[in-house]
Amino acid sequence: MVSPGEQEVKITGTAAWRLRKVGILDVDLCGPSIPHMLNVRSKHVHQCDAGWVPVYANPEQTIAVMSIGFLLENPDDAVVWRGPKKTALIKQFVSDVAWGELDYLIVDTPPGTSDEHLAVVESLRGHGVEGAVLVTTPQAVSTGDVRREITFCKKTGLRILGIVENMSGFACPHCSECTNIFSKGGGEELAKQTGVPFLGCVPLDPQLSSSLEEGGDFIQAFPLSATFSAINKIAQKVMSGAAVRR
Amino acid sequence: MFISSGPAGQSAQERQRQHMARGLPKQKPILGVKQVVVVASGKGGVGKSTTAVNLALGIAANDSSKSVGLLDADIYGPSIPKLMNLRGNPELTDKNLMRPLVNYGVLCMSMGFLVEETAPIVWRGLMVMSAIERLLRQVEWGQLDYLVIDMPPGTGDVQLSITQNIPISGAVIVSTPQDIALLDARRGAEMFRKVNVPVLGLVQNMSVFHCPNCNHKTHIFGEDGATELANSLGVEVLGDIPLHINIREMSDKGQPVVVSKPDSPEAKAYLKVAAQVVKRLPAPSA
Repeated sequence: MVSPGEQEVKITGTAAWRLRKVGILDVDLCGPSIPHMLNVRSKHVHQCDAGWVPVYANPEQTIAVMSIGFLLENPDDAVVWRGPKKTALIKQFVSDVAWGELDYLIVDTPPGTSDEHLAVVESLRGHGVEGAVLVTTPQAVSTGDVRREITFCKKTGLRILGIVENMSGFACPHCSECTNIFSKGGGEELAKQTGVPFLGCVPLDPQLSSSLEEGGDFIQAFPLSATFSAINKIAQKVMSGAAVRR
Repeated sequence: MFISSGPAGQSAQERQRQHMARGLPKQKPILGVKQVVVVASGKGGVGKSTTAVNLALGIAANDSSKSVGLLDADIYGPSIPKLMNLRGNPELTDKNLMRPLVNYGVLCMSMGFLVEETAPIVWRGLMVMSAIERLLRQVEWGQLDYLVIDMPPGTGDVQLSITQNIPISGAVIVSTPQDIALLDARRGAEMFRKVNVPVLGLVQNMSVFHCPNCNHKTHIFGEDGATELANSLGVEVLGDIPLHINIREMSDKGQPVVVSKPDSPEAKAYLKVAAQVVKRLPAPSA
């Protein structure tokens, strides 16, 4: 999945904005970005009777986060692990974290179709996974990789809620000319070709990018932006797509 | 099993290190390959494969007497076939080695040539290790001055397998200016330090966008972050590659910008990086 992190954070932000309780599980063990994006980088995980207590990203405690970033002595340390160790930790993230009552648990995976993905699918199998959201940028090398992700989902029986086309078009802040730096339409075309729902496009937005860099709340800061509108629509489709199966 | 106290003065850490080193595979150079340069990132989606391709072509363009190969070690998301406009199953030589596919004068090998385009590689560690072994040892590279290896994102099985298996002359780390990418680039650099691979420097990709309409510059992914990281790692920024629609358009067509638009600023940026990389490699032994 191509740069899913950003999307996970924003979908979560939107769902929480609608007063749902959401958990984010960051299984990108080699590159855990979620703590940074939610401005909880320096936090640590504590234990309680029920297990590990997740880190809460907001005072209302409606966004719960678990990431290897919280377990490292220095959050910027390299995690150079082979598969079995990664699998074991991911299983613990699923079984030993005291998530509490959640409306949604969103899992951010690294690119590829490897140990982390298998571990997540296997550990969550008994818990009723609603499905997968696949994020791609529009150009051919990305959609090519996501094609493989689609096959992976089909093979493992993971329902695909849809494809998001990220970094789709850039509007110059000076002259408003839109340039398709990473191409356009590739994600939508892929969805059509593979019979998978298309959830929408998110434009390339430097404000979103810098907001995530600073761990700021993009939704609070730019509620009127086209980017927020796009992400909001995607979040709504994901939530209704997930609800359909219940 | 017995517990040895070791000679006086030998620390427990040193004994552990020696003990663990015994279990590791011996590093053996690839037959015929003089120098290996790995292109890594840490984070996915920063343009590592595009950089690896244009770097390999750049090295060849800067010195046409050198022979260059390109190995796509991104097992899960092999991009080299698309970027180099190559497809098809490799032939086998008499000695049962795979013959690399060639385009623009560069010899290429990728998992993408061995599997179907839509097939995911859903493999656990051990199978990955054996696939990497195959891509390293069972290819008829011939005599190469440089082998550029496009690594997958992350710091896991593939990276460990490669660094433990073959001697590597240097690593180039690609990042965008964003903090999030830089943090992972730092992890990548740390990993190479742990396994004693010299980090040649950083490439700051997608550094700035020039609007083709009004030429206004926008730093979409932040500004200059790589310079700080380079300083803190004690390495240099080998070059800045701008975010230009040409790069993606030509990549999608399988005509990397270094060969298809050699006079463009983007191509020149890659050529500069290639020159810097070669400058920082140890002089090849005769």
